[in-house]
Amino acid sequence: MLTDLHKHLLNDFQRDFPLVERPYLEIANQLGVSEDAVLSALTELCNSQLISRIGPIIPPNQIGTSMLVAMAVPESELQRAADIISHYPEVNHNYERENRFNLWFVAVASTAEQLARVLDAIESETGYKTQRLPLLNDFHIDLGFRLDLTHA
Amino acid sequence: MLDARDFQLLTEIQSGLPISPRPYHDIGLALGMSEAEVIERLAVLRQTGLIKRLGVIVKHRKLGYRANAMIVWNIPDAQVKMLGDRISRSSFVTLCYQRPRTPEWPYNLYCMIHGKDRGTVLAQLEQLSDDCDLQAFDREILFSRRCFKQRGALYRPVAPAPSAEFAHG
Repeated sequence: MLTDLHKHLLNDFQRDFPLVERPYLEIANQLGVSEDAVLSALTELCNSQLISRIGPIIPPNQIGTSMLVAMAVPESELQRAADIISHYPEVNHNYERENRFNLWFVAVASTAEQLARVLDAIESETGYKTQRLPLLNDFHIDLGFRLDLTHA
Repeated sequence: MLDARDFQLLTEIQSGLPISPRPYHDIGLALGMSEAEVIERLAVLRQTGLIKRLGVIVKHRKLGYRANAMIVWNIPDAQVKMLGDRISRSSFVTLCYQRPRTPEWPYNLYCMIHGKDRGTVLAQLEQLSDDCDLQAFDREILFSRRCFKQRGALYRPVAPAPSAEFAHG
């Protein structure tokens, strides 16, 4: 069960996290509670895995180079192909999606050459062709995600 | 531009700020930086967009947002920037990117909608299509099924050696 404090912490501090010596005290002051209450509530949210962390979102291609990749894999082969792909440390997201292109993953590396080598290796190891879909334009300004916690 | 100390700092905080009274002081201790330098560098990184946002990163699925759709359109190149900007203004769109078409995949504009259920996501998509005049363009809706892997990228460059959490590449 989420308290009002939990809900405020989930929704109100996804961006513009205070850059001051005592950021949790600043949050506490804004919410009218103690710094200890904020620290405990955030620890609870982390422990229950409702937040992954308090940290930075770094846009793609600011450090290194990244690629969205799609593959069309027969259903009977999907788990095997997905396991091969997930095994690569360069791969972060790897999802099944409802489409003839049913396997979608993101790979990152420090250089375009290194990234191409990884994707070539994935093609030869799985036996399926990759659609390489690099980012051309990022239109979205990430302001965080407005959660509806009415019934949470 | 990032310098070596920015790299070190991003590496150190990518797994999360400590939940302690003086988190920037604690991070600085690990890096040999003063608390003031940590705060100043993070402020500059945020201001210049090398950090897109800094704050609480929630887990959608755990909070009941289990329907995740990637929608792709084939938009004439001359209109893609204008429509991408418009789509991005929608409150329920979480990502919006332009990517190249391939011979087998004729789509060039991508957006992501997270919702509590499939019906809500589809209704939001119809609203988005009306608001942005997208009805005429070919599109596909790709709901996610299994998640095989999701974590921060293990990024291993030449030197220095940061690893960082990326937005959806």
